[in-house]
Amino acid sequence: MSPAEELYEVTLVVNGVPRSATVPARRLLSDFLRHDLELTGTHVGCEHGVCGACTVLVDGRPIRSCLQFAVTVDGAEVTTVEGCTRPDGELGPVQQAFRDCHGLQCGFCTPGFVTTVTAYLEENPAPTTEQAREAIAGNLCRCTGYQNIVASVLRAAELRQTPAEEASR
Amino acid sequence: MKPAGFTYHRPATVDDAVAVLAEVGPAGKVLAGGQSLVPLLNMRLAAPEHLVDVNRLSDLAYVRADGDGVTVGALARHADVERDEAAYAVLPLLRDTLRHVAHPTIRNRGTTVGSIAHADPAGELTAVLALLAGTVTLRSAAGERTVTAADFFTGPMSTCAGAAELVTSVTFPVPEGRTGTVWTEVARRHGDYAVCGTGVVVTLDDDLRVAGARAAYVSVGPEPVVLDLTEAVAGEMHDAADWPAAGRLAAGRLDPDDDIHATAAYRTRLAEVLTTRALREAAGRAAGATTAARREASGGDQ
Ligand SMILES: Cc1cc2nc3c(=O)[nH]c(=O)nc-3n(C[C@H](O)[C@H](O)[C@H](O)COP(=O)(O)OP(=O)(O)OC[C@H]3O[C@@H](n4cnc5c(N)ncnc54)[C@H](O)[C@@H]3O)c2cc1C
Ligand code: FES
Ligand code: FES
Repeated sequence: MSPAEELYEVTLVVNGVPRSATVPARRLLSDFLRHDLELTGTHVGCEHGVCGACTVLVDGRPIRSCLQFAVTVDGAEVTTVEGCTRPDGELGPVQQAFRDCHGLQCGFCTPGFVTTVTAYLEENPAPTTEQAREAIAGNLCRCTGYQNIVASVLRAAELRQTPAEEASR
Repeated sequence: MKPAGFTYHRPATVDDAVAVLAEVGPAGKVLAGGQSLVPLLNMRLAAPEHLVDVNRLSDLAYVRADGDGVTVGALARHADVERDEAAYAVLPLLRDTLRHVAHPTIRNRGTTVGSIAHADPAGELTAVLALLAGTVTLRSAAGERTVTAADFFTGPMSTCAGAAELVTSVTFPVPEGRTGTVWTEVARRHGDYAVCGTGVVVTLDDDLRVAGARAAYVSVGPEPVVLDLTEAVAGEMHDAADWPAAGRLAAGRLDPDDDIHATAAYRTRLAEVLTTRALREAAGRAAGATTAARREASGGDQ
């Protein structure tokens, strides 16, 4: 690394809050979130686009944060797993469903699943089991064997249709 | 791992972009969606001195479809092309194929033009562009040129594009006549690179007899392979043609390599089976499209 590496001020609206930091162009969005903004909910597994743990929403669409430079997406709206909550800060429907259905064990892969599923259900609010399986095909989990993650997707779809009070019983 | 340092450029116009590319020459690389380039940077398999980020060239974020074909600008993401209804109406093969290109999350950022420029012999769109005899338009500070897919792809991960050239668009022509198209592949997981994949176009004449059968392949050669298989099925009825003969003809002409994913023999066998299956299905679609068009035409008469 050359000592004179040029720095860029990058500003993102992260989970509704404008945040900025001054970083070199080679700062990956994943590291920008984790190191510069100290939002460590986004996980980094493979750093080459294969595992999906680093998935965040940029302007509403899920992307791999390990494959983007922060400077490229300067000015964008970003949603991380920390932002997938209800407005009152309680677990959002997808987070709640993963908890209800035992959709995580070690939890390393979970942030990527939660963001991916959150965006997917916006597009397809009532998936079949087959569709739920395909929706998560781009995310790897070494613990669960996926059955409970598929169940979580279907449960999250139900929770999104039910008013919050009822869902929390 | 993290990428090595580089000098970053983010031009706001195509003119600025080609000016920077001319200035930095072979030390520069275009950064589009980053879905192929950033993994290489992260693993330090590539460490260009200059990166020219084209993500601000919003003029190039277009998909244009008309009766002749679909033209995709350099900043159209795979997902934009996949969702474009006008493109689907004239050339369903694009959406059908894009559904096999990586996962939706990758398609949200990766560009269709980037995957052509990257020229990965496992990239589905390289085969589709070759199958349809499409074209690639390049811009440099010196001017613009358009080349055919056959001239563009010069080997695995290599193209005729010079270091100072930006690919501004690619055009996928609509095949002429009564045609049906299919993309099919075998991959370990949905969205992974295919072990073998094929895209086909079947053309029928007015009597629904086979007038043409072409197929293009990924993962069986160093660059997209296109085969004309018409001789195996020419003149046969669309629903009674000897498609397995066309599959055997294809298998005889392909010469894949062994790698960690599959042996050459297994790939050849896959190519035979997938070709047979895809051609049969495409012929059905061509016949169906004809019937539907006729029904619509006669409906319009009443
Ligand atoms: C996990 C994973 C799975 C994938 N699976 C598949 C798959 O199954 N099939 C498939 O086809 N692809 C797959 N891809 C790759 C994906 O399709 C990429 O999006 C695509 O290959 C490159 O497009 P990009 O816009 O991301 O280009 P970048 O990564 O930004 O660039 C790729 C290369 O093309 C050059 N380039 C890009 N745009 C231009 C331009 N306009 N002019 C000149 N040069 C340019 C760059 O300099 C670079 O050398 C996968 C990627 C990942 C991470
Ligand atoms: S860390 Fe980004 S996909 Fe694995
Ligand atoms: S819960 Fe451990 S990797 Fe998925």
